[in-house]
Amino acid sequence: MNENDIDLEKRRFLTQTTVALGAVGTAFAAVPFINYLKPGAGTLESGAPIDVDITKLEPAQMIRVEWRGQPIWVLKRTDEMLTSLDELEPVLRDPQSDESVQPESCKNKYRSIKPEVFVAVGICTHLGCSPTYRPEAAPPDLGKEWLGGFFCTCHGSRFDLAGRVYKKVPAPTNLVVPPYYYETDTRIIMGEERT
Amino acid sequence: MSNCNCKNFASKLLAWIDERFPLSQVWNEHMAKYYAPKNFNFWYFFGSLALLVLVNQIVTGIWLTMNYKPDANMAFDAVEAIMRDFEWGWLIRYMHSTGASIFFIVIYLHMFRGMMYGSFKKPRELVWLLGMSLYLALMAEAFMGYLLPWGQMSYWGANVIISLFSAIPVIGDDLATWIRGDFLISDVTLNRFFSFHVIAVPLIIVGLVFLHIVALHKVGSNNPDGVEIKKLKDSNGVPLDGIPFHPYYTVKDLFGAVVFVTICAWIIFYSPEMGGYFLEHPNFIPADSLKTPEHIAPVWYFTPFYSILRAIPSKFGGMLAMFAAIFILFFLPWLDRCQVKSIRYRGNIYKIALGLFVVSFVTLGYLGTIPPTPTDSFFGAFFTIVYFGFFLLMPIYTRLEVTKPVPERVVWPLKPLLEREGWHWDLVRKAIATLQSTSWYRQAATIACGYWQNLQAFMKNNKYLRHFL
Repeated sequence: MNENDIDLEKRRFLTQTTVALGAVGTAFAAVPFINYLKPGAGTLESGAPIDVDITKLEPAQMIRVEWRGQPIWVLKRTDEMLTSLDELEPVLRDPQSDESVQPESCKNKYRSIKPEVFVAVGICTHLGCSPTYRPEAAPPDLGKEWLGGFFCTCHGSRFDLAGRVYKKVPAPTNLVVPPYYYETDTRIIMGEERT
Repeated sequence: MSNCNCKNFASKLLAWIDERFPLSQVWNEHMAKYYAPKNFNFWYFFGSLALLVLVNQIVTGIWLTMNYKPDANMAFDAVEAIMRDFEWGWLIRYMHSTGASIFFIVIYLHMFRGMMYGSFKKPRELVWLLGMSLYLALMAEAFMGYLLPWGQMSYWGANVIISLFSAIPVIGDDLATWIRGDFLISDVTLNRFFSFHVIAVPLIIVGLVFLHIVALHKVGSNNPDGVEIKKLKDSNGVPLDGIPFHPYYTVKDLFGAVVFVTICAWIIFYSPEMGGYFLEHPNFIPADSLKTPEHIAPVWYFTPFYSILRAIPSKFGGMLAMFAAIFILFFLPWLDRCQVKSIRYRGNIYKIALGLFVVSFVTLGYLGTIPPTPTDSFFGAFFTIVYFGFFLLMPIYTRLEVTKPVPERVVWPLKPLLEREGWHWDLVRKAIATLQSTSWYRQAATIACGYWQNLQAFMKNNKYLRHFL
């Protein structure tokens, strides 16, 4: 081979290895810039579990607390309310909560650890509005079949008093139940399950 | 077959774009058919490296801005949160703060290259002026950026520099207040510096870089021989001593960039504060308007000018001298009366003068980092005179220069190390010989030789790699 001839095979090899190594290097260099965008330590700390005191919670009263910037509902259900759950099962999309998000301890028809205390993330599973609490039976705007529950005014999704979604409404699944546990009978730790 | 289709599609797409946008034209004019002299050396890395550092500063700056808070009560903690609470935040912050110092190292070497080879001379005066404007913008950018961490040095450094303006007769005090937006450095100052640092000045810098390159490509690059390659062209109009920028210099610059990034990575990982030179120690204490640190000095890249400021025993005079020391660089193309560009063919007078200039710049830089003592003040004054002497006497001594004949064409082929002439190459050869005679070198060489033989044996036995032996 003449000294001045161009070795195209060698050139291709060098070009391709340079491009390949350069791509690997760029990928590695991108890792810090991508991971930097994840929640920082401060954000994670603000998402830590919170204490909720339910000593003063009256029957049929619902309180809202903030956890990770979301409204969390804590509702003390009366016996009447609990019986309404059974009656409504035929009109619900996911009565056994098979398609919905909740901790294992709440995968029952009450969707709670203790039947009378209901805890849920107050955000509609449709497009993220916060539904209204409508405990009264058969109000004029919701119709005679309404036995109490949650109504989303944004797009009309309906949920019963266990946050279970009705059929023929836009929301696809039941309201999300966050992880929580009872520290004592009147103190709930929101944000993690008992290990 | 599929490969063929792909190429067909690519050429059609390119044709489609070229009808609507001068893509191929721009590519050819500035890369593939931009002919640069074929004798670029080590000193010609720093232009592209400056561009690389600029990209680094912009990217890391965007990321830092995401979690920074330009508020006097939150800024210091926000920077500490970036360093501790966000994943890799320390790396991005150090890439930015170390990048600032690296930027100035690269720019100073880039400017020195221009002074050595006469790159500022006709017809490249505008390239020089645009470059000097870039240097000014860069200093403003660095100065305002240094306030943002809101540490003690941020605060007091900015305080000293802004107070300079109050030395101007009549309007001084009002001007300083106007710059601060307050009667002292405060939240208001921090906010406006943030605005300038992240938007205004970067836009100016990017615009000036564009103009700098457009001007350069109009007149063509200078080279270590200071020969105009456009004078001698072949029948196709291609300079005889030119080679296309792409692929020749893209590959050369890529190699330089890899070595450069390796060195920078070492600094960022092992010495990001460079012992207090890149990030001063008092800057890890939150700004306190009631307590000045014991010794205030600007970051190293401003210290030569800071020394000149201190050398003049008058507030207003010191300020004037400091700004004059920067602005006098703009006039270099007209101060230098010598027709020969490159230091290779210039007289000893210019070599000595340039050497003295470098010594005075470095010494002034060092003096600016240490607290003033009477001896240091004497040296500061002395080297200030040398600094200004270099420029002010230039019209005289450059006329007296006895120059060597400049060759018609660039010196080509590049001479191997053993044949190069000049005392600095003698020194390099001696240093290499000394290094080679040490036992440490021989041990390392034996080990390296072993690795090399293993690698060759491995390549010989591999059916793909053996083609490359």
